[in-house]
Amino acid sequence: MNKPSATAGREISYGEAIREGFIHLLSRHREVFTIGQGLWSPWYVGNSMTDLDKLFGKERVIDTPVSELACTGAAVGAALCGYRPVVIHPRMDFMVLAADQIVNQAAKWHHMLGGQATVPVTVRAIINRGGEQGAQHSQALHGWFAHIPGLRVVMPASVADARDLLIASVLCDDPVMYIDDRWLYERRAVLPPVVERPLATEGPRVLRPGKDITLVGASYSTWLCEQAAEMLAAEDIDAEVIDVRVLNPFEPAAILASVSRTGRLCVVDGGWRNAGWAAEVIASVTEALDAGALKAAPRRITLPDAPAPTSKALEQGYYPEARHVAEAARAMLASRRIAS
Amino acid sequence: MAKRQPWSELGGLADPARFTAPLQVAKADGARLCGLLRTMLVIRHTEDQIGRLVVEGLARTPCHLGIGQEAVAVGVATRLRATDRVFGNHRSHSHFLALGGTPASLIAEVLGKATGASRGMGGSMHLFGREFGFHGSVPIVGATIPIAVGAGLAAKLDGGDSVAVAFFGDGATEEGVFHESMNLAVVQGLPVLFVCENNLFSSHLDIDLRQPSDRIGRYAEAHRMRSLTVDGNDLLAVESATTALVDAARRGEGPALLEAVTYRFRGHVGPNEDIDVGVHRRMEDVEAWRHRCPIRRLQDGLVAAGVLSADDLASMEKDVLAGIAEAVANARRAAYPDPSALHQLVYAGQR
Repeated sequence: MNKPSATAGREISYGEAIREGFIHLLSRHREVFTIGQGLWSPWYVGNSMTDLDKLFGKERVIDTPVSELACTGAAVGAALCGYRPVVIHPRMDFMVLAADQIVNQAAKWHHMLGGQATVPVTVRAIINRGGEQGAQHSQALHGWFAHIPGLRVVMPASVADARDLLIASVLCDDPVMYIDDRWLYERRAVLPPVVERPLATEGPRVLRPGKDITLVGASYSTWLCEQAAEMLAAEDIDAEVIDVRVLNPFEPAAILASVSRTGRLCVVDGGWRNAGWAAEVIASVTEALDAGALKAAPRRITLPDAPAPTSKALEQGYYPEARHVAEAARAMLASRRIAS
Repeated sequence: MAKRQPWSELGGLADPARFTAPLQVAKADGARLCGLLRTMLVIRHTEDQIGRLVVEGLARTPCHLGIGQEAVAVGVATRLRATDRVFGNHRSHSHFLALGGTPASLIAEVLGKATGASRGMGGSMHLFGREFGFHGSVPIVGATIPIAVGAGLAAKLDGGDSVAVAFFGDGATEEGVFHESMNLAVVQGLPVLFVCENNLFSSHLDIDLRQPSDRIGRYAEAHRMRSLTVDGNDLLAVESATTALVDAARRGEGPALLEAVTYRFRGHVGPNEDIDVGVHRRMEDVEAWRHRCPIRRLQDGLVAAGVLSADDLASMEKDVLAGIAEAVANARRAAYPDPSALHQLVYAGQR
């Protein structure tokens, strides 16, 4: 199983990159196994785990009864016993049933047992929304989980991160929630060979330098920021894009440095507004800046505070789009022009 | 004494007027049983002492005492190895001590001291002792049941013959995760022993008011899982049932449920008897169950078999109490965790 990846040098999709991450982990690390609903089925997890059971055996790629809580607990238990399980929730909405094991158990044991127990479990949560799927087939709950000390939360936006942050998450000695978004599955890139990097040294990254405004996103909202920056460049607005990548523990230094230069911060979040992740980014940055360092009030672009609708008419306009980000950026720059 | 409801499926097992006689002890087994008696006395007196520390105000962490239930922990522990993985619950002092934890590390933990089992970070409800097979306890009801299933999965992947054990109460059988976990363990064929200490009460409510039957073993039947229901105040009965179930699990025959019917002499939390909390629980019930005390029955059996004299017993008890007194004195003097632990322990490390 150590043969070089068949995808070396070829352009692959985000979904295939996740699969490459699994192949790397299952080939090189005997203590890794995967457990979750639909792992033997082609339609649960897109193309991100196709045929892994045939490659690595059904003992290490375990399809399960319809029991999110027990399966997550079993992954936590195996992690306490020296394994590095990945428990897969094909829809984040259903993962709410497993919240006890994630929030009360995995995130707490190391601390409350005095550092004697480690829980190197990875909880893979898939955001799967749009297409009139409605309130219980659409949620992006990263903001909830990023609130929990002891639970690392990562959200890959790029094809490379889809593979590499998965590998870093699984090899991390802490519980990690790895959240991927089906709307990113067709992004494509040619990836370099895998280099295993410690998750603890990963954090926000500047994807595109700029001097006029700082656009911040995570996962799909990072892609929106990248697209908005392209639109703005055509209008001679130079946007800096930062991909947060690791939501917890949150390290705002790169964003702070950027906003110190641009004076403008716009955060794009695929979650809700109230008590949401975008609010945390804005608060962390603004409380550390000198008063007067901002040239415009910070803005956040989020979902409206309403459950996802099913009806096409309501769904249109529910999700933030790149043009909304560009509009916000223009407005923030316009306010400066008026002020000056 | 109020008998159980007429519908009681447990019948005599839930009737404190029954099963009160001294245990029938084989003399040849006497020395070993004296050791187990001593462990039960350590548990009883350590918990009694913890109750006094609560009254004193020194122990503030919620302390759930299992006084009266000692035979379950000790009986199961005799059939386990240090390489097995055992998980507890909110009421786990007995499990920790039965497997090999010391009163010193338990009492220090209850007082929040750095010398405690969890280095002062856990308190009574979060105990740990990997070197003797105790892999953790938590108070979220039922939470360690799927975790034990995961430990069973690890054991299966390891390929050896170790087993995983979850201790929980009858209240936990009303959590959905108990049923999910049994099903998963059966489907995967995992070496897991589910141990239900059926003490007939949740925190405050009699099992009569919570379930249509007081017999937990019926759930195992629904999941096509082997199970045994025994008098949990009979050390020998618990041992022999555990032997049968654990040996089968070690042979790869899958999970099992052990239901041990018992009773706690104290309230849900703290040292009081809480006779006014339970809807049915009355002082006469508590008194009646004291006649079925697991320690007295073993003691009487050992005396009747000529293994122990009254003097031997007094001397054993004195020795146990002296050890606990020393543990308390040391715990009182011990340091609290360094304030840096608050942040340093949130994440395991740099990987």
